[in-house]
Amino acid sequence: MNLGQAIKEALESLYSNKLRSILTILGIIIGVGAVIAMLAVGEGAQSTITGSISGIGTNLLFVYSGNFSNQDVRNVKDISMDDADALLDQYQAPSVAAVAPMVSGTLEVTANGEKKSSSINGVTPSYQSVRNAELTEGSFITEENILGRASVAVIGVDVAKALFDRTDGLVGESIRIDGQPFRVIGVLKSKGGSAFGSEDNVVLVPLSTAQARLLHKNSDEIDMLLVQATSAEVVSQASDEVANILRVRHRTKVGLDDFTIFSQQDFVSVAKTITGVFTIFLGGIAGISLLVGGIGIMNIMLVSVTERTREIGLRKALGARRRDILIQFLTESSLLSLFGGIIGIGLGWLISFIVGKIAAASGSPFNPLISFNAILLATLFSTAVGLFFGLYPANRAANLEPVEALRYE
Amino acid sequence: MAEFPVIQTARLTKIYKMGDVEVRALAGVSFKIYKGEVVSIMGPSGSGKSTLMNLLGCLDRPTSGRYVLDGEEVSTLDDDELASIRNRKVGFVFQSFNLLSRQSALANVELPMRYAGVGGPDRRERAKSALESVGLADRVEHRPTELSGGQQQRVAIARALVNDPAILMADEPTGNLDSKSGKEIMELLLNLNRTSGTTLIIVTHDPTIAAQTQRVIRLRDGLIDTETK
Repeated sequence: MNLGQAIKEALESLYSNKLRSILTILGIIIGVGAVIAMLAVGEGAQSTITGSISGIGTNLLFVYSGNFSNQDVRNVKDISMDDADALLDQYQAPSVAAVAPMVSGTLEVTANGEKKSSSINGVTPSYQSVRNAELTEGSFITEENILGRASVAVIGVDVAKALFDRTDGLVGESIRIDGQPFRVIGVLKSKGGSAFGSEDNVVLVPLSTAQARLLHKNSDEIDMLLVQATSAEVVSQASDEVANILRVRHRTKVGLDDFTIFSQQDFVSVAKTITGVFTIFLGGIAGISLLVGGIGIMNIMLVSVTERTREIGLRKALGARRRDILIQFLTESSLLSLFGGIIGIGLGWLISFIVGKIAAASGSPFNPLISFNAILLATLFSTAVGLFFGLYPANRAANLEPVEALRYE
Repeated sequence: MAEFPVIQTARLTKIYKMGDVEVRALAGVSFKIYKGEVVSIMGPSGSGKSTLMNLLGCLDRPTSGRYVLDGEEVSTLDDDELASIRNRKVGFVFQSFNLLSRQSALANVELPMRYAGVGGPDRRERAKSALESVGLADRVEHRPTELSGGQQQRVAIARALVNDPAILMADEPTGNLDSKSGKEIMELLLNLNRTSGTTLIIVTHDPTIAAQTQRVIRLRDGLIDTETK
C-alpha cells in the first residue's frame, strides 16, 4: 500500500469521525497557536527593545561605579566630577568626544494639582549633544544654571501632558519636584517608548541642583557618566581609554576594576539574552499545551485502535503486513496533528496580530514577528508530536494477532 | 478430481497455554485436499474446528506438524510471510461478512489487491469483474449498509476471489443469512467451484450445507473422527 493510498484512507477514516477528529485537532491547534503567538510576541519584544536601545546612539558608553561582574571588588571609589573632567584629556583619551556626568532618581512632580512620578536626571549642558536631546521650545540647561544651582527644569512631553494637558507654551510655568519649586525652561522633543520605560517621562535639572537639593548627594558624587566616542568605529578604543584613565585615578588592582563600562552593544546583547530567555520561557509554556494536545491524540488513537480491532484483524486476514497497519495508523495521527498545526499557525498569527493591535492601542507600539522558522518549527514539531504519540497506538494495532482481532467483539 | 494436493497436513497440532494449563486444540491431524475439491469441516464446538480453520487459513501457526499449502511449506513462516501467503493464496469468507462499512463495495473488493501492490486502474478493473462474477455489477458504488445480507456476502466472496487464491475458506458462510439468501450463497460458491475450479473449504455445523460438499471431515477432540465422501 503506497503513501498516497494511506493518506486517502486516513482522511476517509478521520472524516467519518468528524466531531472526534475536530476535538482532537483542537488540542493541537491551541498548542501550536500558543507556540506561534508566544514566539511572535517574544521576537517582537526583542526587536522592539533592541531597536530602542540602538536608538540611544551607537557611539555611547555608559560608565557606572562598582564592578558588575566581579563580587570580590571592595572599597569601590565612586566616580567623581574630577573623573569626568579627566576623561576629556585629548592626549590620554583621543577617542572621547564628550562626557556627560549625571545623577538620577525617581521623584514626584506636581503642578496645577496634578502629579506624576517621573525620573529626575541631574545633567550638564553636554547631555544635550551626547544624548541628542532636541527641544520643541525653550532652551537647555546652561553652565550658569549649574553654577547657580538654579531651580530650572526641562520637561519631557509625558510630564507636560500629565501636568498641563498640553505640550507647548510651557516655558515660564512652574512645577514642584519633591515639593520644591522649579521653573520650566524647555520642553523635550518626544522620543517615544523604550526598553527602559518612556523616555518622555523625564525631568532634566542642573546637575548641581539635583545633587544638592533633590537627590541629596555630595557635589562630587555621580551615578553615571555618558561618554560619547568621536565615532561609532572607535567605541571600543574609547572604552579602553576610559578604563585606563579610571584605573590609574582609582589605583585599582589588575583585574579588579571598581567601575563598569557598558557600550550600547553590551546593552543590546544583554537585552537579547533577556528577551531570548523570555521567548524560550513563553514558548516552553506554550509547548506544554502542545504536549497535552499530543496526549489527546494518543488517547483518541488508542480508542480508535480498540474500536477497529476487527477491522485490523480483517485487514491482516486479507494480507496486510505489520508495516501496513503501522503506516495506516501513523498516517492518521500525523495528519491529525498536521492539520492542527496548520490551523494553529493561523490562530497564532491571529493572536499575535491582536496582541500587536492592543499594544499599539495602549501606546507602546510593538510588532509581533512571526518568523519563517517559527512556522517551520511548529509544523515539524506538531507532526512529530503526532508521530510520537501515534506510535504506541499504531504499534499496538500492528501487533494484534489476526485470530484474536477477528474474534474481538 | 485433479491429482495435485493443494493442502497437505502432517500430524498438525496446536496447543494453547492458558496459565499452567495446556489445552490441546489439535492433537495431530493429517489429511490432503486436492485442487478443485469442495470439502466441509464439521464438528461440535471445542472439537478444534476453528483452530484447524485458522491454521489452514494461515492466520496462525501450528505448534508442531507440517502444513504445505499450494506447494509451499507455511508452518515455519514469520508473520509478514504469512500475511503475504494469506494475501496471495487464501480467500476468506466470514460468517459476519466483515466488510469495511465506510467504503463502497468496489473499494472493499480492491482492498486485498492494495496489499498485493496492484496498481489503480488494473485494480479497479479486476474488482469490477469480480463483483460482476458474483452478480453485483449494478451495486459497485453501494456501501455495505445499503446492501442486503446476501449481497454483502457476495461482496465478501468477490473480495475473497479477487487475488485468485489457491483455496477459498468459508467460515459458516450462511450463518447470518435467511434460508433463501443462504441457499443462493451456497449455489454461488458451488457454481464458482464448477466453473473456475476453485478449491472450497467450508467450516459449518449445518448438515444440509455439508451434504452439498464432496467430502466431510469431522473433528472430535482435536482429531479427525470420520472422513466421508
